Amino acid sequence: MANAARTETAEAERPATRDLSRAPENGAPPQLFETLSGIPVQPLYTPGDVKPGLEERLGQPGQFPFTRGLHPEMYRTRLWTMRQFAGFGSAEHTNQRFHYLLAQGMTGLSTAFDMPTLMGYDADHAMALGEVGREGVAISSLEDMEILFRGIPLDQVTTSMTINAPAVVLLAMYVAVAEEQGIPPEKLGGTVQADMLKEFIAQKEWICPPRPSVKICVDMIEWCAQHMPRWNSISISGYHIREAGATAVQELAFTIADGIGYVEECRKRGMDVDAFAPRLSFFWDVHNDFFEEIAKFRAGRRIWAKLMRDRFGAKNPRSWQLRTHAQTAGVSLTAQQPLNNVARVAIQALAAVLGGTQSLHTNSMDETLALPTEEAATVALRTQQIVAYETGVTNVVDPFAGSYFLESLTDRMEEEAMNYIRRIDEMGGIIQAVERGFPQKEIADSAYRFQMQVERGQRTIVGVNRFSGDEEVSIPVLKIDPEIERRQIERVRAVRSKRDAARFGTAMAALRDACMSDRNLVPFVFDAVRAYATLGEISDVFREAFGVYREPAVF
Amino acid sequence: MARKIRVLVAKAGLDGHDRGAKVVASAMRDAGFEVIYTGLHQTPEMIVQAAVQEDVDAVALSILSGAHMTLFPRVLQLMREKGIADVLLTGGGIIPKEDMAALKQSGVGELFGPGTTTSAIIDYIRGAVRAEAGSAR
Repeated sequence: MANAARTETAEAERPATRDLSRAPENGAPPQLFETLSGIPVQPLYTPGDVKPGLEERLGQPGQFPFTRGLHPEMYRTRLWTMRQFAGFGSAEHTNQRFHYLLAQGMTGLSTAFDMPTLMGYDADHAMALGEVGREGVAISSLEDMEILFRGIPLDQVTTSMTINAPAVVLLAMYVAVAEEQGIPPEKLGGTVQADMLKEFIAQKEWICPPRPSVKICVDMIEWCAQHMPRWNSISISGYHIREAGATAVQELAFTIADGIGYVEECRKRGMDVDAFAPRLSFFWDVHNDFFEEIAKFRAGRRIWAKLMRDRFGAKNPRSWQLRTHAQTAGVSLTAQQPLNNVARVAIQALAAVLGGTQSLHTNSMDETLALPTEEAATVALRTQQIVAYETGVTNVVDPFAGSYFLESLTDRMEEEAMNYIRRIDEMGGIIQAVERGFPQKEIADSAYRFQMQVERGQRTIVGVNRFSGDEEVSIPVLKIDPEIERRQIERVRAVRSKRDAARFGTAMAALRDACMSDRNLVPFVFDAVRAYATLGEISDVFREAFGVYREPAVF
Repeated sequence: MARKIRVLVAKAGLDGHDRGAKVVASAMRDAGFEVIYTGLHQTPEMIVQAAVQEDVDAVALSILSGAHMTLFPRVLQLMREKGIADVLLTGGGIIPKEDMAALKQSGVGELFGPGTTTSAIIDYIRGAVRAEAGSAR
């Protein structure tokens, strides 16, 4: 990849007066003695830095407030799930990658969908032009989903699906594929991301405006609570918030504020908090600031436990538990000197494990260049296997507990996140805050601040603004065949022409009617999917019923 | 006084990754450019129409979805059809080196990848727009 930052012309033409000094000489220490969130860091921490009442703030592992982890023995009893996100090209390609990763010792599936799927368009829609199979696997109908999971017994794996705006469609397709395998919904384990609030905040993949989008998420939470006891009906995600530029504190705060928003919406519907809260799950980013990341995981569990017990009155200890997936920070990886990314990923994976994650995706070294090659994905999986089986960190629960620095940092992150959460409560809750663009603006400001710190040399990115050798290291990258788009278009058109038109028409009419009522839409989407209604057709029903969302273009 | 450089920062296609586009737009604004940001999910037609209406000196297209080999050529073609071939088309995102070379060969300006400083982008646009203004005179 060309490094425009280092082109001769750019350097020569830079006016001498501009205060964008180069990074300091190699060998000099980093310039900012603060965390990535801007929390100042002292040279030394002593007992005086830890406020009284530490034992109460910690509790025992497996007990309220779960600061030290969700289970009494953590990884001695069971390792985290090694769940590598995969998806590219056609359903056939991704099915092959799934089989390969399972053979390499991966313990859970995780599906990446392409942009048209994420936005609720079939492969033959005009907006899908050039995007089919590029950023994930293309799924337009139940037929694609049948191919995607061919030969994988769905009662023996757990599957995570990173899908939001059309999540209800993909959930229905997954359940339908399982039915074809003879497996009922109550036996299925896995997660559907289905967190629309963070879409409006950060990831920016939507169909309808915020309120109907959240309504459909709550429909899924409600339906899964009744029919899928092993299924996580939502993955309340900080990952995308962080990748969009948030600090660790903002990631923590906005994600938990989103969680509060969903709990409140469920309660408005009259649901008992203990009926659904045990199936809420979370998803953290793991960035480079090692201690801050560990503190974030610990603070997050404590904040959630207190909120669920004290604010929402949950009685079931499982409702108090913040169960989380984690993924190393894609945004921390560099296109320059890509092999260095292996080291970053290893350190981030270690932080996630020391923070007590329940499952983990480790990024591939080539993800700033393209979707990962099989070789790069294997190295990423091996990295977490090394952390799990060679380093010994799994032997002791929450080994940093009692560290003056880490406890002080955990407390500080809790305080700062709670300050944000109070501000959001004062705005009337997260939905109002999102409609006002509050988290969006905070994140954009943080992203800009960080970039300026990098350009002033106050933040070091090895291989980019320091230690950047002149030689270009190139590694193989995955190519997506443009033929995939053409074949996918043919397949979805064939599905439409060969399905039972009467059954399709009945199911779609029923779905349209349901959208005009307060009814839970999940069963209607199930019927439509079984009648081979496509993802785009079902999304069009939502567009007609609820309108389309356009974000105000601010920066 | 010279007219301020006007830049359209555009997000094409379905790609929702707007961190880079917003950071670059903010940096251009702070460098004294007039910046128009299209927002997300624009078609090539919408982008070129905005470029004509706003009378911009440059279009800066951000694509991180892998659809660059479809969307850059389409925007360039429409710019030629609408009579604004003299406006600079530049951009950035996750674009492999070979694709960058092919796009530049076809008439797209400099393309910027991850790790680029905002000052490099600003300097490039300033230089390219001034050169175009010079040649027009």
